[in-house]
Amino acid sequence: MTEISERAVVRRLNDRFGFGPAPGDLDAGADATVRRVLGPASDAAAAAVRPPTGLEPPEGVQKPEGAKKQGGAKTPQDKDAKKAANKQRAAQERKLTIWWLDRMVVSRTAGERLTWFWHGHFATSNQKVRNAAWMLAQNQTQRTLALGRFGDLARAMVVDTAMIRWLDGQKNRKGSPNENLAREFMELFTLGIGHYQEADVAQAARCLTGWVLRKDVATFQRRRFDSGTKTLLGKTGDFDAKGFAGLALAQPASAGFVIGRLWFRLVSATPPDAATVARLSSAYGVNREVKSLLMAMAAEPAFKDPASSLVKEPVEWAVGLLRALRLQPSKLEEKEQTKLLAGLRGMGQLPFRPLSVGGWPAGASWLTTSAGVTRLQLAQQLARKADLSGVKNAEDVAALLGVDGWSERTKSALAGVKDPAQLTAVAACAPEYVVSG
Amino acid sequence: MDNLTRRRFLTLSGVTAAGALAAGATQVNWSDLMAAAVDDPLPSDQSVLVVITLYGGNDGLNTVVPAADPAYQKARPDLAYQQNEVLDLGDGLGLNPGMKGLKGLWDDKRLAIVRGVGYPEPDRSHFRSMAIWQTASPKSPIPTGWLGRWLDATGADPLRAVSVESTLPPLLAGETTAAASLPLRGLSLLDGALGTAYAALGKPSPGEGHWQARAAKSVLDLQNATQVLGKAVKSGHEQEDEDDEERTKGASAGGTSQLGAQLELIAGLIEAGVPTRAYSASLGGFDTHADERGTQQRLLTELDGALTPFAQRLQKTDRGKNAVVLVYSEFGRRVQANGSDGTDHGTAGPVFLLGEKVSGGFYGNQPSLTDLSNGDLKAGTDFRDVYATVLQHVLGADPAQILAGHQTTIDGLLRA
Repeated sequence: MTEISERAVVRRLNDRFGFGPAPGDLDAGADATVRRVLGPASDAAAAAVRPPTGLEPPEGVQKPEGAKKQGGAKTPQDKDAKKAANKQRAAQERKLTIWWLDRMVVSRTAGERLTWFWHGHFATSNQKVRNAAWMLAQNQTQRTLALGRFGDLARAMVVDTAMIRWLDGQKNRKGSPNENLAREFMELFTLGIGHYQEADVAQAARCLTGWVLRKDVATFQRRRFDSGTKTLLGKTGDFDAKGFAGLALAQPASAGFVIGRLWFRLVSATPPDAATVARLSSAYGVNREVKSLLMAMAAEPAFKDPASSLVKEPVEWAVGLLRALRLQPSKLEEKEQTKLLAGLRGMGQLPFRPLSVGGWPAGASWLTTSAGVTRLQLAQQLARKADLSGVKNAEDVAALLGVDGWSERTKSALAGVKDPAQLTAVAACAPEYVVSG
Repeated sequence: MDNLTRRRFLTLSGVTAAGALAAGATQVNWSDLMAAAVDDPLPSDQSVLVVITLYGGNDGLNTVVPAADPAYQKARPDLAYQQNEVLDLGDGLGLNPGMKGLKGLWDDKRLAIVRGVGYPEPDRSHFRSMAIWQTASPKSPIPTGWLGRWLDATGADPLRAVSVESTLPPLLAGETTAAASLPLRGLSLLDGALGTAYAALGKPSPGEGHWQARAAKSVLDLQNATQVLGKAVKSGHEQEDEDDEERTKGASAGGTSQLGAQLELIAGLIEAGVPTRAYSASLGGFDTHADERGTQQRLLTELDGALTPFAQRLQKTDRGKNAVVLVYSEFGRRVQANGSDGTDHGTAGPVFLLGEKVSGGFYGNQPSLTDLSNGDLKAGTDFRDVYATVLQHVLGADPAQILAGHQTTIDGLLRA
C-alpha cells in the first residue's frame, strides 16, 4: 500500500483529532503532533475561553414538570411573556454556541474535537431541552471525560440533566415506564441494533426510573424508583441507572460498537477489518480508555492510506476555516455572528442542535446542492473579514488553508481570480479543502 | 471489505443513512441530461409524486382514531379522543381534530387512507425502521433508497428527483445517482470571476479520491440545478424554526419543520414544469413519549395546514392535477399509553394519499385492538404495496424492478 507523505499525515492528525491545522502546525513532525494533540491532559488555550454565565432559564415561564394544562384562553400578556422568554432563551443559546465555536477555533489538543464527537454521539438538542445552562453542563461533562474512560462518560450521560429532559427520563417512574432513554441508550450510545431485545428495553426502562427534574438539576427520588428485580442483558438483579449502564458496557458488542463509531468519524468511511478491530480493542482495553484507542487509531496503516478520506462536517469545515483565517467568532460583529450561525444551519449542522438523537449524517449527505450554495456564501463572508495581505495566488491560499496541494482542475479554477478574498473563498470550496484527504 | 460486512458495519454504527449515500459511484453525464431538460420541460400529462416523511413515529391510532372502540378508550384513558371530538370518516373511525382541511379533501373523495400499513417482524428503532421504509427492504439492510433505485433505473438524472431539505434523505440515494437538493430560499450563484472559478471546481480531476470526486460532482450538480431551478424559485423564503413548547416535546427523532414552505416551493416547481417526477419533503417531531396529545395534535394541525392549501393549489393547474402526495411515518405507537401521557414505539400505522388521481376512501383493514402482537398492532398491508402502486401508476415504472420482485399493488387506489 502506498502511504501519504508525513506532512499529509500531520495534516490528517490536525484534521481528524483537531479542527484543522493552525498556521505553522504543518511544520511539526507526526510524532510531535501526536504528542501535542493526545498528550496533555488539558488544553490551556481552549480553557482560557471562559464559559458564558447568565444562562439560567427565564423566570416563571417554564411550566413545572408534570403540571397539567390550565384551561382558558391565553391572555395577550401571556403571549408577550412567552415571546420575551423565547427571545431570552435564543440569546442564551447563541451565546453558548459562539463560546463553543470560539473554543474549537483556539483548541490545541484532541480534547475539544472529541467533545464535539461525543456531542454528536450522545446527540442532545436544545430544541427540546430549552435550557442553555443544562446544555452547557452536559457539554462540560463530555469535555472532562472526552479522552478518559468511556464507561465514565456513558454512566454520566445516562443521568445527565439535559439527556434526561431530551429523552423523557423524568417521565419514567415506577409502574409507568417510558422507554425512550432506555432504548436509545442501547441502540445509539452503547450497543447498536441487534445486540439487545425488546424485553431488554422494557426492563432497562425500569432501571432508569426515579429521576426527576428539579429547577437546576436532575435528581434521584427513591420513591419513584422501581426497586424490584430486573432481568436484562442476561443478568438478574436490582439494577439502577448506573447498574444498567454497566450491564450495557459489559456486553461483548459494546467495544466494537464504540470503536466503529469513532473510526467512521475520525479515520475512514471504510470499516476496519477484523485484525484492525482486534488491535484497537486491545488498545481500548477492559477499562475502555478512549485516549489509548485514539493513539492506536493514529498508528494504524489505514490512517496513512490515501483512500482514508472523509468529508468534513460543516462545523469542522467552518471552524478549520476560521482558524486558518485567524478569526474568532466572539470577535466578529454581531451581524457577522448571525451570518455564521445561519450558514452552519443552512449547511445542516448547528452545535447544540443535532438533527435527531441519532446525531448528524456523514459523507455525501454534506455534499448536497443546497449545502454548496451556503458554503460558498459563508466562505466569502469569512474571507472578507480576514487579513489576507499575504495572499497573492493559489499557492499562498494552499499554505494558508493547510491544503496538501491543488489538483490541476483547482489550479486552473483559481488562476482566474485576482481578489484575495474571492480567491480564498473559492479555494475553501475546492474538493481538496471540503474533504479531509 | 465485502459489501455485506460494510453494510452491517454501517448499520451497527447507526449510520445507515450515510452509508446509503456513501455506497454509490457517480459517472453520469449530468450536463447533457440537464441541457435536454431545459429544452424539454416535463410534459403536462406526466404525473409527479410528492413523498412526505413524518419523522419520529406518528401515532396512527390518534390520527385515524377508532374513537368508538371501547378497547381504544380503555388502553389510553388520558390520551384518547372521544367520538364527538374527532372528524367522522365512517367505519367507526375519525380524523384527529387538527385535520379539518384533510377532512374536506376526504369529503371530496380526494383523500385515501390505507390502514394498518407495516411490514413483517417490525423494528422499533427509529433509525432502522425509517431505513427499512426508505430503502423498501424489510429483511436485510441495503444501501439504496427506493426512489434512488427508480432514479438509477430511469436514466440516472438527479434532477428527476428533488429534496427540499438541507441534507438528503436516504430514500433518494441510488447506487449511481442521488437526487438534487434545494434550499428553501432557492439557488442563486454569483456571476463574474468568482462564479466562473467556482463553476470550474466541478470538473473531475484525474486520480482524485472518491470523496473529492463526489465533492467536485456536487459542484457540477449545483451549477446545473441552478440553471434550471434558480429561476423557478422565489428567494427570501426562509423562516426560523418556531420555538414552541408543544412541538419540541417530540423532537428527539429528527426531521425538519417548515413543511408549508417546503410544499410551497414544490408547488412552484411543479407549475414551472421542471423535469422532476419525484419530490421529498418532511416534518419532524412525532417522537411523542410524553404529553402526546397536545404535541401530536399541534403537529397534525401543521401537516393539515401545509397539505390543504398545497392540494388546493395543485388542483388549479394541469400539471398539479397529475401530482399524487404520499404521507407516511416509520411506525405507529403502542396501543397502550405509557405512564407519562405518551406512547412508546409501536408498529403499523395509516398511510395517506391525496390528489386528483386518488380515489378517496379507506383501503386495507383497520387493525384489531384486541388481537395484538406483544401489545402492538398487526399490519394488514405491506408498505411495498403502496410503493408498487405509485411506482406503477404515478411514475410509470415496473415495481418489481425497483422493489426486488415485489409487485402487489392496491386495486382502485389511483386512477390512470
